[in-house]
Parts: sequence; structure tokens; C-alpha cells
Amino acid sequence: MTRAVLAADAKSFLWWDWVDDHYDEIWQRTLEHLRLAGLALVIGFAISLVLALVALRFRRTYAPITWVTGILYTIPSLALFAFLVPITGLGTLTAEIGLVGYTLLILLRNIVAGVDGVPASVKEAADGMGYTSWRRVGAVDLRLATPTIIAGLRIAAVTTVGLVTITALVGAGGYGVLIDDGLSRRFNTPIVVGATLSIAMAVAFDLTLLGTERALTPWARRSRRR
Amino acid sequence: MVAGDAAIRLEAVTKVFPGSTAAAVNELSLDVPPGTLTALVGPSGCGKTTTLKMINRLIEPTSGRIVVDGTDVRDRPAHELRRDIGYVIQQVGLFPHQTVATNIGTVPRLLGWDKQRVRDRVAELVELVGLDERLLRRYPSELSGGQQQRVGVARALAADPPILLMDEPYSAVDPIVRVHLQDELLRLQDLVQKTIVFVTHDIDEAIKLADRIAILAVGGVLEQYGAPEELLRRPANEFVEQFLGRERGLKRMALLKVSDVPLSPGAVVPAEATPAEAKEVMGRFGVDWVGVLEGDRLRGWAAAGDLDGLERVGDAPLERFVSWVTPGTALREALDTIVTTRTRAAVVLEDDRYLGMVFIEQIAEGVE
Repeated sequence: MTRAVLAADAKSFLWWDWVDDHYDEIWQRTLEHLRLAGLALVIGFAISLVLALVALRFRRTYAPITWVTGILYTIPSLALFAFLVPITGLGTLTAEIGLVGYTLLILLRNIVAGVDGVPASVKEAADGMGYTSWRRVGAVDLRLATPTIIAGLRIAAVTTVGLVTITALVGAGGYGVLIDDGLSRRFNTPIVVGATLSIAMAVAFDLTLLGTERALTPWARRSRRR
Repeated sequence: MVAGDAAIRLEAVTKVFPGSTAAAVNELSLDVPPGTLTALVGPSGCGKTTTLKMINRLIEPTSGRIVVDGTDVRDRPAHELRRDIGYVIQQVGLFPHQTVATNIGTVPRLLGWDKQRVRDRVAELVELVGLDERLLRRYPSELSGGQQQRVGVARALAADPPILLMDEPYSAVDPIVRVHLQDELLRLQDLVQKTIVFVTHDIDEAIKLADRIAILAVGGVLEQYGAPEELLRRPANEFVEQFLGRERGLKRMALLKVSDVPLSPGAVVPAEATPAEAKEVMGRFGVDWVGVLEGDRLRGWAAAGDLDGLERVGDAPLERFVSWVTPGTALREALDTIVTTRTRAAVVLEDDRYLGMVFIEQIAEGVE
């Protein structure tokens, strides 16, 4: 019964023969997917960091910055790509503009919230010791905001990995190509493979970031010994 | 005071916070002599913390001038100034993400010392403030409140700054630990002789620790500035008197030492004295016992009733004095000794040598 569902033929839920024949393509899509998602997170984080530093330094800019990134966040992804293609064409650039745009709000908010959450006494002590303001931000504020920042990165990563499946529509590659292919041919297997691997990649990103957080915040794990 | 004598000098310093019409600190002028501990004391809203933070420029004055070691604090970048001024705050503000050792080495690292020099200095400081060196690798959250505050002091002293600013450093720890930390600060100050400005709302803490106390009223107005003993003896006005609280006499007695009052020769006689001579001395001091001396050693005391029929007082059965103090004993403690042993006097000894006696009357005169 199980065999009939899973492996019988092209009509089944998952046809292993197809998977065997398409290892190379699946691997290529995996690399594309990883690259698209990874690049979006790196660029998104860099932009968010700059925006957050501006917002933290000039507090009045925080509301307008959140407002703009909030609007970006609410635009339906399909509509955004449809709007971008005539301007930036098909390919990676268009995909990344959209993907990066969606990470900004989450990352920005978490960076700002993380830095805001650093105890005032710690900031005051750092100033009193003679940290210059930028050095304090790097050595104290952002370090202590790490758990909150990484929490934001995890949400952004999971969202982005899922969203990359849509960028196949603008010709950027990734698992979306497999899903697209399956949909157009009414063929289950590539859809199942693309979706499953996309989910697996999201989980992998999440666990990697969780591990990174653990490694970066050794102080958070020590229990209070008195 | 001669100009230039002060380690820290405030000249008509005023601070009005934005959005406020009233001054937090008003035309405050104050000279802090080098190597002394000056306490800024007053009720909340008196601007004591604001004043402290203007010294290391965490707050900039609206007008007036602050001079540290002869130069205006605005003559160089704030961060450079702050590396030369130790800073200790109530909530300690240790960096939670750094080990105790890294925390202590903060300012030396900012000053660009090499690693070995920082390490050596940290080891030195750990000893100085009485921390267990096994704590060096711990994170601040693993320390008790008292340990954290010691680390805070070590961190403030790390680059050996001439000046130390302390903002209510002990008000968040429990009373027993507080007394320990206060005693340690006194011991430390004996060793390092820093110019310390210490903010507290606790007048007793100020009296215990400070060489000079500045009492501020709400709005940052200086009411009186002087040695604790001077304030207690002659409060400048009703505000100071009220702030010093009750038992001013007792508080002064805690500051004065036995050596500050004239000692009585005491009801003593040499061992060779006759009972008649002894009775004469007892009569003079109004007691029914007499101390027996051999040279400058005090052998003990004899009761009036045991002297009859003896040739010399030294032959009487002698009891040891339980009520004795040294010249360095605080008058308050001497009084306590007298009261709890139910005698009228305490024997004053120095290295077993008899110096005299201090009677309740003399303590009272000393406090006058």
C-alpha cells in the first residue's frame, strides 16, 4: 500500500525514480536556493544594521524608518515581483530586491529592541569608563543585543527561505523551479521534493542560527551560582 | 584654601535640565582637596548625582566651570577625561557578557595597554579589593551583590586614576554586606589615597566614610561643607540640623577618639600605698574600688572592703579590669564599654601601659 502511494509511478505522491534521475538538478536548485536566501539575509542584515544605528543615534528617524520598511513588508510578494520585472528585468537582482526588502522590518526592529534592552546601568558604566560612543555600540550594545538580534535573524531566515520559492517566477532559480515545473505538468514529485527541501533548508537555517547564538553568548548559559 | 590646591573644583556650577524651569544644581561652588573622601549628601532631588556626573561629563553643566587637576574638564574629549576618573555606580553596571577579569581590565584596554600588563594589573587589583581570584573567570551574574560591587571598585581603580567618583555604591546591598564594603573602602583609601567623591543619601554612611561632607538641599543648594565632626558640632542651619538627625551627640562620639579627650589620672595607687592613701583616692573619685599600679602596669583593682588591716594595697585580692579601651577607641565605644560593665570609668591602656582613665563626665565634656 505504502509502496503504491510513494513509489509506483509518475502519478504517485513521490516517485523515487524521478528523484534518482534528477540528483544533479536538485543539487543545482539547492545551491541556487541557498545563495538567494543567504545573500538576502546578509544584505538585509547589513542594511538593517545601518538603519538601526541611524535610528538609535537619531531617535526621531526611527518612526519614519519603521514606517517605510513596514510598507515594504506588507506588499504582496507576487505584486512586488510583477512590479519590479519591467524595471530590473528577470533574474537575481529582482529576486534579491524583493527578498531583502522583506527582511528589513524584522531585523531592524530586533536590533533596535535588543540595544534598547541593554540595561541603562551597563551603558552608563561603559560611558563612565571612557568608551567612545561608537566603540560602546560595537563592544557593549550590539554584543548584549545578540540574543534579540539573532531571534530576528531566525524569523527572517525562515521567512526568506520560504519566499525564495516564489522568486523562480522571476527566473532566479531555486526550489521554486521544481515546484513550478511540477505545477505546470500536474506532476507531484518535483512539488513534493521542492517543498520538502525548502522546509528542510528553513529548519537548517534556524538550527544554525540557534547554534550561533549559543556560541556567541556563553554568558547567557551560566546559571547563577551564589 | 589656596587656588590650585583642590583636586576637583566646582565654580558656580548650575544645571537646568531641558524642559525644566528649576535648577537641579544651583551656583554650586566646591573645592575637593586631593586624597580625601568627600561625601555629597542630601535628600532626593538635591542634585547630588547630577553634580557627580558633571565631574566626568556624563552631564554637561548649563553654566559654571569644573576644574580637575588644574584643567577645565571641557579642555579634552569626554572619553579621555573619563579614562582618568574611576566611576562606580549603585547598580554596578558590570558588563554581563564579559568575565570578571575582562570587566576589571576595561579601562586599561581602552588605554591600549598590552595584554600582559593588563593581566598583571588585574591580578594586583583582585588582591587589593579582596576578591577570590577564582572568581576571575566567572560572569557577573554568577557573583553575589557584594562581590559584584567589589569588582566594580576594582574596575574603577584599574588604570590607577587619581580620582574616584562613587554614586550610592552601597545602597543596593544588604546592611551587613554594606558595613563590610564600607570598612573595605576605608582600608582601601588608606592604601591608595585617591580623591574620592561619594554620593549617598545616608548621612550615617557619610559620617563614617567621609573626610568632608557637603550637604545639599533640593535644587542643588549647598547648605554646609566641612568635616563631619564640624557639621555635627555646629550645624549651619536648621536644614542641616534636621538632616543630621537625632543623636548628634552619639554620632559625634563615633568620630571622636579617647585620645581626643583629656584623660583622668584615674583612681589608682601604687602597690606600696597604704589603705588610708587608697581610701583617700577613692573618696576623691567617688568610687568604692581602686586600681593598683606596679610601675606603669595596671595589676588590677581592689574593693574598698578588702583593704582593712592590710599594710600595703598590693596585698589585697585583685580583680582584673574588664572595662578597658585604647587611645584609638571611639568615644562611643568607650561609653558603651562603661555602660555595659556598669562602672563609671574605663581604663585606658596602650600596649599594656596604663595611661589613665576616662570617666563618663569626660566623654560628656569632649562632646560638648
